[in-house]
Amino acid sequence: MSGTLCIDGITVPFSDGQTIIEAARSAGVYIPYLCHRPGYAPYGSCKLCTVKVNGRTNTACTLPAADGQTVISNSPDLQYDRQRITQMLFVEGNHFCPSCEKSGNCQLQAVAYHQNMLDNHYPHFYAQRELDASHPDILIDHDRCIFCNLCVRASKEKDGKEVFGIAGRGINKRLIVNSPSGKLKDSDISVNDEAAHVCPTGAILVKRSAYLAPIGERIYDQHPISEVACEKAAIKAGEARGYGSCDPTRLPSPSQQNGGPDSHYAATMPPAPDIKHGR
Amino acid sequence: MNTFIESVLAQADYKPERLLQMLRAVQAQYLHVPKAAIEQLASALHIPRIQIIAVAEFYSFLHLTPQGRYDIHISDSITDRMLGKEKLLNYLAEKLKVKVGQVRADGLVSLNNTSCTGMCDQGPAGLVNGYALTRLDYSRIDVIAELVEQQAPLTDWPTEFFAVDEPIRKPGLLLNQPFNNGAALSATFARGLAETLAEVDCSNLRGRGGAGFKTALKWRTCSVQAATPRYVICNADEGEPGTFKDRMLLDLYADQVFEGMTLCAAIIGSDQGLLYLRAEYLFLYEQLQRVLKRRRDSGLLGRNILGRDGFDFDIEIRMGAGAYICGEASAQIESLEGKPGIPRVKPPNSVICGYQRKPTVVDNVETFFAATHIAIQGGQWFAEVGTAQSTGSKLLSISGDCARPGIYEYPFGTTIEDILQDCGAEDVMGVQVGGPSGTFISNRELQRRVAFEDLSTAGSFIVFNNSRNIFDIVQNFTDFFAHESCGFCTPCRVGTSLLKNQLQKIVEGNGAAVDLEELSELCLIVKNNSHCGLGDSAANPILSTLASHPDLYLSQLKQSSFTPGFDLDATLAVARRMAQRDDDAAHLSQVEN
Repeated sequence: MSGTLCIDGITVPFSDGQTIIEAARSAGVYIPYLCHRPGYAPYGSCKLCTVKVNGRTNTACTLPAADGQTVISNSPDLQYDRQRITQMLFVEGNHFCPSCEKSGNCQLQAVAYHQNMLDNHYPHFYAQRELDASHPDILIDHDRCIFCNLCVRASKEKDGKEVFGIAGRGINKRLIVNSPSGKLKDSDISVNDEAAHVCPTGAILVKRSAYLAPIGERIYDQHPISEVACEKAAIKAGEARGYGSCDPTRLPSPSQQNGGPDSHYAATMPPAPDIKHGR
Repeated sequence: MNTFIESVLAQADYKPERLLQMLRAVQAQYLHVPKAAIEQLASALHIPRIQIIAVAEFYSFLHLTPQGRYDIHISDSITDRMLGKEKLLNYLAEKLKVKVGQVRADGLVSLNNTSCTGMCDQGPAGLVNGYALTRLDYSRIDVIAELVEQQAPLTDWPTEFFAVDEPIRKPGLLLNQPFNNGAALSATFARGLAETLAEVDCSNLRGRGGAGFKTALKWRTCSVQAATPRYVICNADEGEPGTFKDRMLLDLYADQVFEGMTLCAAIIGSDQGLLYLRAEYLFLYEQLQRVLKRRRDSGLLGRNILGRDGFDFDIEIRMGAGAYICGEASAQIESLEGKPGIPRVKPPNSVICGYQRKPTVVDNVETFFAATHIAIQGGQWFAEVGTAQSTGSKLLSISGDCARPGIYEYPFGTTIEDILQDCGAEDVMGVQVGGPSGTFISNRELQRRVAFEDLSTAGSFIVFNNSRNIFDIVQNFTDFFAHESCGFCTPCRVGTSLLKNQLQKIVEGNGAAVDLEELSELCLIVKNNSHCGLGDSAANPILSTLASHPDLYLSQLKQSSFTPGFDLDATLAVARRMAQRDDDAAHLSQVEN
């Protein structure tokens, strides 16, 4: 099925199997998200992409696009709630943007900028969460986990492993690792796994890559997330070129890689100008 | 341990969907889910160990660290509190020399709070090793403490401690109906399946779990799905605080509930049914198994039911493990598949893609019970009672400040005032209709009616008299939602905890006017953005009391425009200690205005 839907007054075409968020993205209309990722099974937990569809509240990342839908995304109410929900994510964990290795390449931070978030608003929970630096190439800073489930899905659906899971209930949720000791070093994760690179925050980091791209030259230092997210869709059309994306967290699949962990670093750099302007 | 786990696996037929049952057995044996058990189960069931850890951490009655050999939980429903639960709990903790939330050093006993155990009409209530304790008082606690110290097996405890009464105060349309086993099935077969579905349709029966979806529509939608097998699930996870009518139905009317499931199976073409029984109702498990066996023996379950060629259907009972959210249909399905009870993304609805991704009808205990009688008496008989949009009768579980708590059956449309008169409620301040997720109505609204058009309810009806403090009620409910949030989505996971803290700030007298604004704004964010009904309702206690008693909230506020978030002087304590001085100059005065 295909057809068109209307988002904030813009007519957007969709093709079979697309959700509202994907139809929007392909057409260059940005709806903020954190737990979503193109090519991944919809999840719908962060609730940033909450929109009104024909008057009813829904998550744009899970709702299939249908002909004639009227979608409201940028109403003041929805934008306000989005900002508050982002602030909730900031106070739930411990986020120190200025000192975080991921700063500038972090989707959470970029989404917060997009929403003009100037403070955390809510009282902090000061969560006590441990760091897992046991693995030689990858580290988990649990302070920054937002339970988006992307690493869980990446490991299961893309890497064919089940390295990550989310346990606990309510505010006591935690990211767990599938190994006898519970430590990352004893799991079967590899630095080439998509799960090691999919994290939209600085919770899962590849070691020794933090400052290869200097702060100030990173992706969201240069481009707002609204632009990056939609560009990616546009570039996807010409993906035959093999590079395809300007999202820093998107990496070549292991099959595309040939050079071990270092080959990732290129992908954390802003896209080369010829690719950016060549569209 | 290997042999024991092996026997647990064998008993569960090595089916990963029975993971909760296996973990319950492991917990009962080892007082927690040991690491070695996780490893063995994971490898035998071919599931990742993280799934087992996630399940063990999700459900209140499963633990990764050892609990006491006597694992005692005290029900923390508002009705238990009104009956003096707090003091009793402290007394018990003192007697047993254990802190609430902890395991005693010798490992003999652990003591915890738990959400409503469904005994609001005979509280204060509790659970010991999963079995329900009722009517706790000081003398019973003395005996319990002694029995624990003597390490007496539960079978040696006085049976009256575990007695669950089913006080039916006012039977009506359904509870008064005579019934012979098999009568509804015979009537269904005699009339025809399509014709019986038409009767259910004409009865206008709506689901009794609270949401009120039209039963016939649900069954019809399921029956026309191409995919098979199809499943019938009876939702007996009666977790809404203040509700206990399903407990009574399963205790006294189980045949009629199972028969309703069976006729649903005939109509939708299902050969497997599941009863999801909440952990707190463990005391019903054995007797329900006996009822099932009796029905199998008399040809009402199993192969060729009532001699009807090719109609095979059986029912399996699966126990929950302590999670309110599993009352939500799709969360319950996840739980039945051996996973944490996290509500699924919709669409697709469970009717199309439910248990094991197959078409599934999930209905409440009371819905199946009503369907049985509709199949016998016909739809018109049922539709004549009640109101236009809410036909038939409704079972209410009444508790709180009234002379006669218990089960009442009313035609839909009955006023709150009439109900209060029947149950002997005097000097009423308000009534919580539908439990914490329902509506609080003040004594100025007693002309309102129980009906989907006005006050819809799954059956919880809690009465409060004028001696009660409204904030005790609202805090208890708000804490409940924060505790029971599955944590899947941001607004509910973080928002319910923020609500709890923000409400506490105001109740404790530390809130300024801006805090009240913040509270109501937060309510709306949680309500409007959450994934499922829990988040959608979590702010209802605050919102409905803010509407009915704004003066009370205002009187709690500080008369200042600014409230400091922390104690300025206290933060200097470390510096004073390090500098070894404590003179006047080493202190700061708090800024207040």
